[in-house]
Amino acid sequence: MLKIHKLLIVLALAMLPQWAAAQLRIEVIGGGATQIPVAIVPFRAEEGLPQRLTTVVAADLMRSGLFRMVDPGGMNPVPYEPEQVNYGQWRARGADAVVIGSVTKAADGRYDIRFRVMDTAKQTQIAGYVYFATESQLRLTAHKIADVIYEKLTGDTGVFATRITYVVRRGRNYELHVADADGFGAQSVLSSSEPIISPAWSPDGTRLAYVSFEQKKPVVYVQSLVTGARHAVAAFRGSNSAPAWSPDGKRLAVTLTRDGGSQLFLINADGSGAPVRLTQSSAIDTEANFSPDGQSILFTSDRGGGPQIYRIPVSGGAAQRVTFEGTYNVSPRHSPDGKSFTFIQRNGGRFNVAVQDFATRQVQVLTEGGIHESPSFAPNGKIILYATEVGGRGILAAVSSDGRIKQRFTADVGDAREPAWSPVVNK
Amino acid sequence: MKRLILALAASAILAACSSTPTKEQEGAAVEDRSGASASSQQQQKPQTQPTGPTSKPLESSSMSGNPLKDPANILSKRSIYFELDSNVVKEEFKPVVAAHARYLQQNRAVKMTVQGNADERGSREYNLALGQRRADAVKQAMMLLGAQSDQIETVSFGEEKPKATGHDEASWYENRRADLAYPND
Repeated sequence: MLKIHKLLIVLALAMLPQWAAAQLRIEVIGGGATQIPVAIVPFRAEEGLPQRLTTVVAADLMRSGLFRMVDPGGMNPVPYEPEQVNYGQWRARGADAVVIGSVTKAADGRYDIRFRVMDTAKQTQIAGYVYFATESQLRLTAHKIADVIYEKLTGDTGVFATRITYVVRRGRNYELHVADADGFGAQSVLSSSEPIISPAWSPDGTRLAYVSFEQKKPVVYVQSLVTGARHAVAAFRGSNSAPAWSPDGKRLAVTLTRDGGSQLFLINADGSGAPVRLTQSSAIDTEANFSPDGQSILFTSDRGGGPQIYRIPVSGGAAQRVTFEGTYNVSPRHSPDGKSFTFIQRNGGRFNVAVQDFATRQVQVLTEGGIHESPSFAPNGKIILYATEVGGRGILAAVSSDGRIKQRFTADVGDAREPAWSPVVNK
Repeated sequence: MKRLILALAASAILAACSSTPTKEQEGAAVEDRSGASASSQQQQKPQTQPTGPTSKPLESSSMSGNPLKDPANILSKRSIYFELDSNVVKEEFKPVVAAHARYLQQNRAVKMTVQGNADERGSREYNLALGQRRADAVKQAMMLLGAQSDQIETVSFGEEKPKATGHDEASWYENRRADLAYPND
């Protein structure tokens, strides 16, 4: 049965200041152990659209490394409806699934976009949706379609319709960018002549917290992506940095030096009230990250000598050390299921992305031989986005959480750094 | 352990302070001689002079007369460099720290900022905290030498504002630094 799914696209991006920003190109290295063969038939009448939907869908699926595209051409008739699908022929081409669809212009001027995912072995429909989208929502709609296909065929949540944020430095200018997860549609949401670091998405994806040096010292700001309004939420004496959102979006864990030393505090995300001190050490405590259940916080501390990762209950109390391999483990970020965390581990002069399982304490180093920084999980936990350098220039890169698939995001100009992946919103 | 190191560092600075003033005053006396004729024309004179031989700005048409900006005055030295993973103020920088501490002690209304920095390697946020620790170490030393806590704000730029942009030890050393900044710099 065709599920009718009215897409309520409250697109914050559409309301962002329309500053032109460089696009990111993504290059994929490696692939999944098994790649699912899929045929995506160009949708009926999509050639009339300013953006061909199936091109974006296929590019999304290919980039994940988990799919292989089967040639959809030369079928007679070209299938747009289930009854037009010749399952035998698709099976002969090796396709496990066929994606078909059509586009018509609705009375209100929007596009009516229907698509179905057909299982060639069972000869049944495994998904079908209708979207109503304006012209500016076509790419997003294609990403949503790719998410449905990804979810139905892999069993995991798709993250193609999400966004990423990162900082671009061009000479002495710093810009905070927000782009689609495929690197398209990059927009600058903040431009400054002073550094910007540590952007963090609010759990609902409508706000960014970050550290700006515009007041000649690090100050934590929260900025709405809907209105563009921004305000300082931690501008205490000394340095204010490393914002991390609580899962309910009401609080931020931050690093403040107002009491001396770098210590963790909890503040209200609107900047109201007085900070509540969370750690009490004479060492550095920083880089807080909330567990998905909001009960505990991972952070970096050098209380034992070198920097290691510790965990502390949000209510305070004793911190427990959780990393023991190596002399330099920093920048922890929980996986979305809370069962593991990613971090940066130094080996010799190299800094690599690693993942540690909470239960087994087993560490898997996912990258090698690099200077890698700022890892963050995609909201499905399958990809880790991080910053690295190639030829002296900062670029973003991603690695699948099993280490098999690597992606490289290259910006046209400038240094890209400090990436963070948005949560899944508008689902 | 860290406190012990800090205490040792502080006492070392105090020792350096008590043993070096002669040298610094000699330097000041040199400035005094060369700058004497022009001093009356200077717009901004230091509010208070140190006891003993008084220092005055060196004669120069471009000079403001502010000891903080006089290249011949030790107060114009604003950078303190650190070894890797260290926040110990090294012997060679103790006279600079001592001079600024004395300046603050003698100019109680003056407020300034110590800006800590770190080299580029590793986590930006952890480096921010390392820079903060360096700034805090300099402040502690200055407080032991007579500056007051509310005169000095310590902040960190981490690895974000490198002085040297190379990727070698020489550049990294330049960037493991605390800078002393005054409001009108």
